[in-house]
Amino acid sequence: MVALPFNSRRPRRPAPPAMAVAGDRALRARATMTALAVFVVAVSILSLGVGASGVSLPDVLWQLASGEALSLRDRVVLFDIRLPRLLTGLLVGASLAVSGAVMQGLFRNPLADPGIVGVGAGAGLGAVLAIVLGALLPPAVLAVAGMHLVPLAAFLGGWASTLILYRVSTRRGRTSVATMLLAGIALGALAGALTGILVYIADDQQLRDLTFWGLGSLAGASWAKLAAAAPIMVLALIAAPVLARALNGLALGEAAASHMGIPVQRMKNMAILTVAGATGAAVAVSGGIGFIGIVVPHLLRLAMGPDHRYLLPAAALLGAGLLLLADMIARLVIAPAELPIGIVTAVLGGPVFLWILLRRRGIVDM
Amino acid sequence: MIRAALVTLMLATPAVAQDRVVVVGGGLAEIVYALGQEHRLVGRDTTASFPPAVNDLPDVGYMRALSPEGLLQLDPDLILASEGSGPLETIQIMQAADVPFVQITETPTMDAVVERVEKVAQHLQAQDAGAQLVETLRADFAALAEQTAQVSTPQRVMFVLSAQGGRINAAGRDTGASAMIQMAGAVNAFDDFAGYRLLTDEAIAAAAPDVILMMDRDGDHALSNGQITGHPALGLTPAAQNGQVIRMDGIYLLGFGPRTAQAARDLHKAIYPDLTHQGG
Repeated sequence: MVALPFNSRRPRRPAPPAMAVAGDRALRARATMTALAVFVVAVSILSLGVGASGVSLPDVLWQLASGEALSLRDRVVLFDIRLPRLLTGLLVGASLAVSGAVMQGLFRNPLADPGIVGVGAGAGLGAVLAIVLGALLPPAVLAVAGMHLVPLAAFLGGWASTLILYRVSTRRGRTSVATMLLAGIALGALAGALTGILVYIADDQQLRDLTFWGLGSLAGASWAKLAAAAPIMVLALIAAPVLARALNGLALGEAAASHMGIPVQRMKNMAILTVAGATGAAVAVSGGIGFIGIVVPHLLRLAMGPDHRYLLPAAALLGAGLLLLADMIARLVIAPAELPIGIVTAVLGGPVFLWILLRRRGIVDM
Repeated sequence: MIRAALVTLMLATPAVAQDRVVVVGGGLAEIVYALGQEHRLVGRDTTASFPPAVNDLPDVGYMRALSPEGLLQLDPDLILASEGSGPLETIQIMQAADVPFVQITETPTMDAVVERVEKVAQHLQAQDAGAQLVETLRADFAALAEQTAQVSTPQRVMFVLSAQGGRINAAGRDTGASAMIQMAGAVNAFDDFAGYRLLTDEAIAAAAPDVILMMDRDGDHALSNGQITGHPALGLTPAAQNGQVIRMDGIYLLGFGPRTAQAARDLHKAIYPDLTHQGG
């Protein structure tokens, strides 16, 4: 099994002597990626085809092929419910997993997660503010923002916290990753305290809304929301591969990366922007969904090694596929009601994560 | 487990009377039953649990987190929902699918209860049953008014929503509980805040309620009489010292459906056991 690279001081083992290993690894990575791509396509088709209402894809395709018009209900289920939900799930899953992988690379710490730099807490605070105090806004603002108030506030909260962090941890154009980590913890605590105050003044109904928001859901997916959030997530996902070489360099330490000719500071800026954008947008459309950002990169490192050139695209694929799978479970288990997807990802992700940890400690041998 | 959705694709017939109705909100569900129109229900939300038969219907989830596809699965031709149901995206999708999503106010007043009954009756085209029920309700309210008129010194009632870990969550103004207390001819011991709030011990002692009202429940949120007298703040209140603790079924007390007048009368009798009560 591949050793994890997170040892900032020294590589865990001497560099592989033979080119064959690297070739092997690339081959395995490509095979893994192909398998993941197939998995995502399969899950997507399944996701369009299953749902509480029993509208089935083969039937619909057959109808279309034979030139019949779809019934209004089938059309609504497919194009207003399942399709935007599918696309939202793919983008959110990919964004969360890639953000996690980038963060872990940047901090050279396998436990880093967008939550750790306060993006999650900031976004959460924004959402809570909107839920509890939204009604106090002038009607004119409410009329414009309307139902997008909570996602918008979440996004702004994520951005604001990233900006503050960045300011705090950057001196003379150099960002200290260690300071950022600590500032992130402080900011997270602060956001948590403010959230606590708001929870205290919230009424019962707002509390329930908060609870539901915190558990995450793709149920509110709509074309309008997708149109607002997708560009940011797509941009972030496009930016991620550019970071791969730099993150590989950073694994050896910042000095080493500089000697390799990597523009370290510029890459850090880009990584932070990418994570803030992707996470902010993802949290904004779907609330709090845990574990994807931390479990997906871990699983992939075990499967294909630490090379970010493969890790980032693979994380996007696996994150997208897993989130869709979780969403299908959420939609079907207690139909006609729905489980919040955060419950599903936690129930599936928690044990998997523990297993990974045990495995790394060599307790479980499989 | 997944309830097998036997979706019978019915041919779209021009709507005469809706006979696939999903009801969202406990009070509304009660009204549908009171109108004798329960045979038209095909779904309900988690807040609907009375009468017990309503529990046999498929549950579409929490009223503010309704799943659009879950609703469509039931193939409804009408959704009767309490104000505040949602989310908005789900309502918009119902409109796109041509399913009427009717929202009905939740105001906790006698007039609003009557208005709700009329609205539900109208949407179910059961106006006759509606008129009858409204008549009964008005008579009940009139009887209640007669009884509360006898009250000379209103009792101060405190409604305890929960007491998890000894922390008392009580009703302020603008709550269903507060409205019921007033309907029963008493006053809410806490009217300096709106909604439900966790109270400090001092605030409870200062309010000095004559009566403590709670929901009949078990588990962590419940309080036994022993726990009330032993509680540092509740124990000091006149209510605890005189053993004036009333427990009522939560849905009965706070449902604001057809049994509201009945519930208010029961509450009135429990608060003022010494007043002469004529008739029922």
